[in-house]
Amino acid sequence: MSLLVIDNLQVNYGAIKALRGISLKVEPGQIVTLIGSNGAGKSTTLRAISGLVKPASGSILFEGKPIGGAAPHKIVRLGISQAPEGRGIFANLTVAENLALGAFQRRDAGVEADREKALGLFPRLRERFQQNAGTLSGGEQQMLAIARALMARPRLLLLDEPSLGLAPQVTQTIFRIIRDINASGTTILLVEQNANMALDVAHHAYVLEVGEIVLSDAAAKLAQSDEVRKHYLGVG
Amino acid sequence: MSSQPVSVKGSGGAGGAPLRMLWPFALALAVAAFMHFVVGPNFNGTVVQVLLFAGINITLAVSLTMVNGFTGQFSIGHAGFMAVGGYVAGGLVYYLSARFFDSPQIAFHGGILSAGADYRPDPDHPLPLLSRGDLIMIGSCLAGGLVAAGAGYVVGLPTLRLRGDYLAIVTLGFGEIVRVIFQGTGPQVLFTKAQEMRDTPLHQLAWKLGGAQGFNFIPIYATLFWVFLLASITVAAALRLKYSSPGRAMISIREDEVAAQAMGVNVTRYKVRAFVLASFFAGLAGALAALSIGQMNASAYGFIKSFDFIIMIVLGGMGSISGAVLAATVLTILPEALRQFDSYRMIAYALLLIIIMILRPQGLFGIREVWELGPVRRLLARAGRGGSAA
Repeated sequence: MSLLVIDNLQVNYGAIKALRGISLKVEPGQIVTLIGSNGAGKSTTLRAISGLVKPASGSILFEGKPIGGAAPHKIVRLGISQAPEGRGIFANLTVAENLALGAFQRRDAGVEADREKALGLFPRLRERFQQNAGTLSGGEQQMLAIARALMARPRLLLLDEPSLGLAPQVTQTIFRIIRDINASGTTILLVEQNANMALDVAHHAYVLEVGEIVLSDAAAKLAQSDEVRKHYLGVG
Repeated sequence: MSSQPVSVKGSGGAGGAPLRMLWPFALALAVAAFMHFVVGPNFNGTVVQVLLFAGINITLAVSLTMVNGFTGQFSIGHAGFMAVGGYVAGGLVYYLSARFFDSPQIAFHGGILSAGADYRPDPDHPLPLLSRGDLIMIGSCLAGGLVAAGAGYVVGLPTLRLRGDYLAIVTLGFGEIVRVIFQGTGPQVLFTKAQEMRDTPLHQLAWKLGGAQGFNFIPIYATLFWVFLLASITVAAALRLKYSSPGRAMISIREDEVAAQAMGVNVTRYKVRAFVLASFFAGLAGALAALSIGQMNASAYGFIKSFDFIIMIVLGGMGSISGAVLAATVLTILPEALRQFDSYRMIAYALLLIIIMILRPQGLFGIREVWELGPVRRLLARAGRGGSAA
């Protein structure tokens, strides 16, 4: 069974149709990426999944259960967490406090172990553990956003533009860690403008254009397709 | 306090939990007793009065910190909740005292803890520590706090979905509505005959809160003991909250509401909780304010009063409890201390605020507590090392 199934999802911002009926699937254990240009509806898709915007129509099934239109805190409890666009870190709180908030919904005993695991993935965060998150560099803030989302112990991790505003080398590090997270069993839905990097790590990819999915295939195949190479990879 | 290891998630031993719950209250009692029995008798009435206001203002500033500081909502109706608590408690103490002590002359019936600073023990008629009058007073104050909390819930639930300026306008409106409602109540009943007092049913008195004339002759029960008991409990509760998981959830709303939602924080619920809790403490503070000056007048609880508390928390640093305590204390005492400059004192006061805001726009302590600031932390660490070396 697919972990996440979206069918004919429509989202409107007032009179603007941000998503015009998209359908996609995320299989367990995979990295699935949504690529496309600015305003294509990538972030809106993630926001609809995590309940931050209400769908106008269509369905979202997570592990077979409909979650479309549910409140964000209920969706986190079901096992979906998000590293929001622009990182959304709590700047005046310490790294430790940010991570604690990531596990806000959890009452189980595994929180501390998961924090150690997250700090193992991002050793920089351990060095900055008691520092205010606002004093971190952009790359470190992105690491914190991902680590914080992992603290919810999600079965589906939503990543919104993790490469945004980062130096190429930092982006490389982050994508290497994304691969590690996936290898340890977390399914990831990744939204990216950096199609090169995204297609490199993903198993499957969808291309979004003005609120519609125009292409869908294995990531490796899409990376070879002429259309994608021309429009999104800047080659050919 | 206890030698048990501090557990991170509060999941420590079964014996440790009640102890950790109770010791702040024991500390609050100690502070209150110290203020009442040691500080009070050594100062004259004017100083004691200023200290009473300082304690009441600390309670209000710290409770407002829970809303404006923690959740980052901008409420300017805090004086309205104070007025609700004051009228409820004042009215209850006044009318219940008449009925309970069966006398049309409403008088003070408190024990030692409620006896003013000018009280000198009389060996022939010793006062009990707590008398029946005190119990009426405590019950009335709690009722005032609960009604204020209820008002906070009613106002908060529909409006806390609003943000920023909109919420400010709604709370401003609430404060004004409260003022107008109390100014529209019936005239205060001043009993002249015992029979009349016994015959009037209590529910008929509920609405006789003095209207525009104000509500007077409330027996004065609020002493340094009660005021600083409340202030200490409020501070302890706020500190507890700040470092707890629900408190962190509130602060995350202030930091980034969307990210807080993405973390699974039910944003509306936590905003309402903070608002209700703050209203409860504001109601209690209002009750003690009424019981310290012996009268209520709704016109004194408009939005200008609300702004006093906002100034205190902005100055102290939005979200800093120690900052709110310090600012409330200084801003209560300062206008009194500047009294000798007379007509210039409001200018001096305003200038001071402007200067501090230019030099430290984040307030004195920002969102942190005084012991969390870099220099203080280093000092504490050095003192700790020095202490262990000696």
